[in-house]
Amino acid sequence: MSTVTADHAAAFDAAVAADERVEPRDWMPDAYRATLVRQIAQHAHSEIIGMQPEANWITRAPSLRRKAILMAKVQDEAGHGLYLYSAAETLGTSRDELLDKLHSGRQKYSSIFNYPTLTWADVGAIGWLVDGAAITNQVPLCRCSYGPYARAMVRICKEESFHQRQGYEALLALSRGTPAQHEMAQDAVNRWWWPSLMMFGPPDDESSHSEQSMAWKIKRHSNDELRQRFVDICVPQAESLGLTLPDADLVWNDERGHYDFGPIDWTEFWAVLKGNGPCNDQRITQRRQAHDEGAWVRDAAAAYAAKHTPQAQQAQRAQQVREEATA
Amino acid sequence: MTQAPTVTAPAALCLGDDALVLAQRLGEWAGHAPVLEEDVALANIALDLLGQARVLLSLVGDEDELAYLREERAFRNLQLVEQPNGDFAHTIARQLYFSTYQRLLYQQLANSSGPFAPLAAKAVKEVTYHQDHAEQWTLRLGDGTDESHGRAQRSLDALWRFTGELFWPVDGLDIDWQALEEGWRASVTEVIGRATLTVPEGPQSGAWSAGAGRQGLHTESFGRMLAEMQHLHRSHPGATW
Amino acid sequence: MSSSTEWPLWEVFVRSRRGLSHTHAGSLHAPDAELALRNARDLYTRRGEGVSIWVVPSTSITASSPDEKDPFFEPAADKPYRHPTFYEIPEGVKHL
Repeated sequence: MSTVTADHAAAFDAAVAADERVEPRDWMPDAYRATLVRQIAQHAHSEIIGMQPEANWITRAPSLRRKAILMAKVQDEAGHGLYLYSAAETLGTSRDELLDKLHSGRQKYSSIFNYPTLTWADVGAIGWLVDGAAITNQVPLCRCSYGPYARAMVRICKEESFHQRQGYEALLALSRGTPAQHEMAQDAVNRWWWPSLMMFGPPDDESSHSEQSMAWKIKRHSNDELRQRFVDICVPQAESLGLTLPDADLVWNDERGHYDFGPIDWTEFWAVLKGNGPCNDQRITQRRQAHDEGAWVRDAAAAYAAKHTPQAQQAQRAQQVREEATA
Repeated sequence: MTQAPTVTAPAALCLGDDALVLAQRLGEWAGHAPVLEEDVALANIALDLLGQARVLLSLVGDEDELAYLREERAFRNLQLVEQPNGDFAHTIARQLYFSTYQRLLYQQLANSSGPFAPLAAKAVKEVTYHQDHAEQWTLRLGDGTDESHGRAQRSLDALWRFTGELFWPVDGLDIDWQALEEGWRASVTEVIGRATLTVPEGPQSGAWSAGAGRQGLHTESFGRMLAEMQHLHRSHPGATW
Repeated sequence: MSSSTEWPLWEVFVRSRRGLSHTHAGSLHAPDAELALRNARDLYTRRGEGVSIWVVPSTSITASSPDEKDPFFEPAADKPYRHPTFYEIPEGVKHL
């Protein structure tokens, strides 16, 4: 390591240790940069792919109020994807590159979105459980050591506070509604509960990236810690909803001061992650299709801009003058 | 609870159905737009329209009863707004024709002393932005690449036949329809020209003289759109959501 | 088929209300300045966060380098006489 790099490395370590933010033009270890790009990109992709299961119900939302809420929520997800792509771009990777990696399967998104939304209640369950788990994960990210990511997360967390509440409210209306509605709500919770717990990632002893990310303060809490926090929050919320969480082992443990819960089916987690979930192909196909079918639109706007920049217009006028002069 | 119909009800239904049906169509774009920024933009427009629809339908009765429990023949929206999205050029052409109309209409209503004035005053700001969005994209598609130019022209041509209906007077609206039509034609002609496109020829009201959306006569795809929109609500009679 | 040209990046500055400066809100992609403004409006002011927007091509921004941080900014730190708290004024003296 040269002296200059060593100085930089020392400055970086000191900044992280002092809880200062690392900013885009600061020196940073290559591995830190690579980890951030991977994590922010995956996060951005999750927002964008995550639009699909919910957008699936926009045209069928059962009341105009619910339709407006859902539309605004799916729109927020597009917006959050954009904030995150911007944050990733400060690390020197273009959005096109990131989208390319998503479309070709070289970068991942949260596996939760590979599950289908089969009934209207799934929209509620996603809001309550999936957004709930996401918020549990994201709140600590507002203090992430990388400035642009932390700032994007502050904005996202602020905007997302309505996402979880609207989901809970929608489920509550179903739970207190007709027997058919109640059954719909319970069925959705049965299907989304375990995948939500998997959103926190593999158990700490099997998580490959965790330790280094914690040292770099990209990550502040371990997977299992956050998962436990989420379970503890959800149990009383489920009671208020009048719905049951599908886990016979779920019981308060006085000694630990936490709820115990049953074993998670990690075989399913790894299968979905490796591409064998119910909707992996469908999600990527739709994303790729939207991108490919939009290419002519993006090209048209770029072509128009090239013709209408001040320089292009000046050149055009000069050409006209030359033509008139030689005519 | 449906309130007793007022004199404004038929007109509110026309305007409300226009906004509702177009919001529904724009909602179909979610997750499919050509670029993420446009996903956000189209959703903004759809949300504005949905907001307008809810206010207007509530003047007539219960917004959900009206949206979810009417049959196809009871809807009073223009045929233009129910046309399927097609490609992005098609959606933009539909936006251009409709938002220009809606802005001129709401501008007149906002300046009137009629019952729609307060609502129109708010909506006209939203709609002015919708028109700007449609114009910006008409320019870029028309004066972009050969492909986009072709697509934009085909879309303008295909939807032209649905524009005659825009200027059929609606009972209960205090509107100078001739001025509206002239203003619309001037505005649309100017933008289409700047976009290096050609104003379509041919009859605007379509070859069909039996009536149109305002009389409850719709196009085939509309029934399918309604079936999708209404099926869940109708599957649970009396349920609250 | 994929687009050959990525739209350029723009930095967005939003004035949240009258009387305040524009502050950096984030960035976005747009083919030109007009659409950049509109995209910024849709993306960064959905919840009424702004009354005015600036967009600037990211490539037009010249930034100080972190390597020059010390010569740029440290010399300003030891000039306390630029701050009013540097001066001692007898108690009871008003309007100073």
